[in-house]
Amino acid sequence: MSVDQHIKLPEGSIEKTTTTLNLGPTHPATHGVFQNILELDGERIVSAEQTVGYIHRAFEKLAERRPLYQITTLTDRLNYCSSPINNMGWHITCEKLLGVKTPKRVDYLRVIIMELSRISDHLICNSVVGVDSGAFTGFLYVMQYRELIYEIYEEVCGSRLTTNMGRIGGFERNFTNAAFEKLEKFLAEYPGVLREFENMFTRNRIFMERTIGAGPISAERALNYGFTGPNLRAAGVDYDVRVHTPYSSYEDFQFDIPVGNTGDCYDRFLVRNGEMWQSLKIIEDAYRKVKEFKGTDADVYHADAPAYYLPEKKDVYTKMEALIWHFKIVMGETEIPPGEVYQSVEGGNGEVGYYLISDGGRTPYRLHFRRPCFIYYQAYSELTKGSMLSDAIITMSSLNLIAGEMDA
Amino acid sequence: MALTNETIKERLKAKFGDELSNFEEPYGLLTFEAPKDLNLKIMQFLFDDEELRFQFLTDLTAVHYPGQAGRELAVVYHLHNLTDNIRLRMKVFAPIAQPDVFTATQLYSSANWMERETFDFYGVNFVGHPNLKRILNVDEMTYFPMRKEFPLEDQTRIDKDDAMFGRGPGGIVSPVDAKVRTSVAGQAGPLNTADPGGATSDQR
Repeated sequence: MSVDQHIKLPEGSIEKTTTTLNLGPTHPATHGVFQNILELDGERIVSAEQTVGYIHRAFEKLAERRPLYQITTLTDRLNYCSSPINNMGWHITCEKLLGVKTPKRVDYLRVIIMELSRISDHLICNSVVGVDSGAFTGFLYVMQYRELIYEIYEEVCGSRLTTNMGRIGGFERNFTNAAFEKLEKFLAEYPGVLREFENMFTRNRIFMERTIGAGPISAERALNYGFTGPNLRAAGVDYDVRVHTPYSSYEDFQFDIPVGNTGDCYDRFLVRNGEMWQSLKIIEDAYRKVKEFKGTDADVYHADAPAYYLPEKKDVYTKMEALIWHFKIVMGETEIPPGEVYQSVEGGNGEVGYYLISDGGRTPYRLHFRRPCFIYYQAYSELTKGSMLSDAIITMSSLNLIAGEMDA
Repeated sequence: MALTNETIKERLKAKFGDELSNFEEPYGLLTFEAPKDLNLKIMQFLFDDEELRFQFLTDLTAVHYPGQAGRELAVVYHLHNLTDNIRLRMKVFAPIAQPDVFTATQLYSSANWMERETFDFYGVNFVGHPNLKRILNVDEMTYFPMRKEFPLEDQTRIDKDDAMFGRGPGGIVSPVDAKVRTSVAGQAGPLNTADPGGATSDQR
């Protein structure tokens, strides 16, 4: 202690040598409503404690009193960066329970929509990683193409963010020509944009030094922590629900599963970028397959499931039976067959699972959502222990934590 | 050799005998029931066994069956063998009066929050959990809201003053005809007192 110290503190009055920092619940760097209580020694993180639940909306309880079709709107609000995947996942779950077989064309249209939402999800995540490492341009640039994806959603279902897209058995209406035109525009322009986006980051020295080695996790720990999706694949495990338990005719498509090896932010970035290329390929394939349907097959957009799929409006006005079905469906008066189903889809963040139990009533007896975010966020304190504060922030954004999915 | 439901069932039966019951395969997913004091032993066996290798915990949740006396709460585990790509579902029933179940956190780190969530909503007491406290609900909560004795609010109830949300005592009212309705009912609501004519107060 130097002699010219001006503040005279009594001996032993400073006991705590670390600083507590509340990162969140409303902090620009958290990109959502959740809190990290960081214990800092200088700029190094000694421990991190996560608090979640700020936007818990009791979806599982709400679902216990809703007919199946009304639950779709709840699934939108889980991972709102890729709501159509959640919607489709829910419809697939219901179809599995009800034994509804969807036509191939519906499956391919669903694949197109799901892969588009995967692109929009990864696009946001990767560009936000850029923002958190100080590169804002990429984020604004790709936003234009997320906008285009949202316009396609709009053509298909009428809304953009919380889509409520599709119905049990298919889509509410056929895709319009405008939707296909926008899809073609996207397929033509997006590869160039993605290449430019990659040029900006992948071999960018500043970006590499910020992300390589930040928040790494081994494959073994990642599996133990229940990681799925791009975060698990970045650690080197090639688990992908689309390949392991195909749904919606994913078995008809050929694509690669990009994997990393260190599980750090850089690998997660590369895996997500790689997946966007694969998604583009899948969309192209699916669109080609959709175009191959000729004649009446080309107009098929839903399965024949009168008890769950709303009849056409003109039939409702003229046919007694259609009117009855319409009434029963809208009022939620159809009994669901008893059963127990677990169905999962590959969401933007990993395996989104729906565990649905029906006791034969009109609403689910129990519905549980497996939310990948909620499960892998518990690894955050292990990922950031001993790292710098700025690494912790970039780790958070590269895990792609979505508060809506975490809290359900 | 690919692992099948049959093989898993046989291996489990050979190891645990009649302790396991209710083997089913709804939609192709092997489901069985285990006694609650054996759940950890079974999971340890499924995890360590060289053939079974169920080393991934997909999901953990609970279900409440108020009608089954002595076994009201079911804790449901979804396990996944990623090597052979096969899943199974294990159920453990516990009485609601003393819902003690061993924790799986020693085997799966992911069980930590999933068990906290299950505790939070169903009150399942995971014995040996390192940090069993509420996670999504507020810490001050004294009940377990996902249990069936807590129904959602009746959507048709009319006794609640929800005027601020567009629902008056007489059902759903739009802000425009709220004024008309209250004057018809002869009530001096806040909208009526703002009436410049002051008709209501004169009549009274």
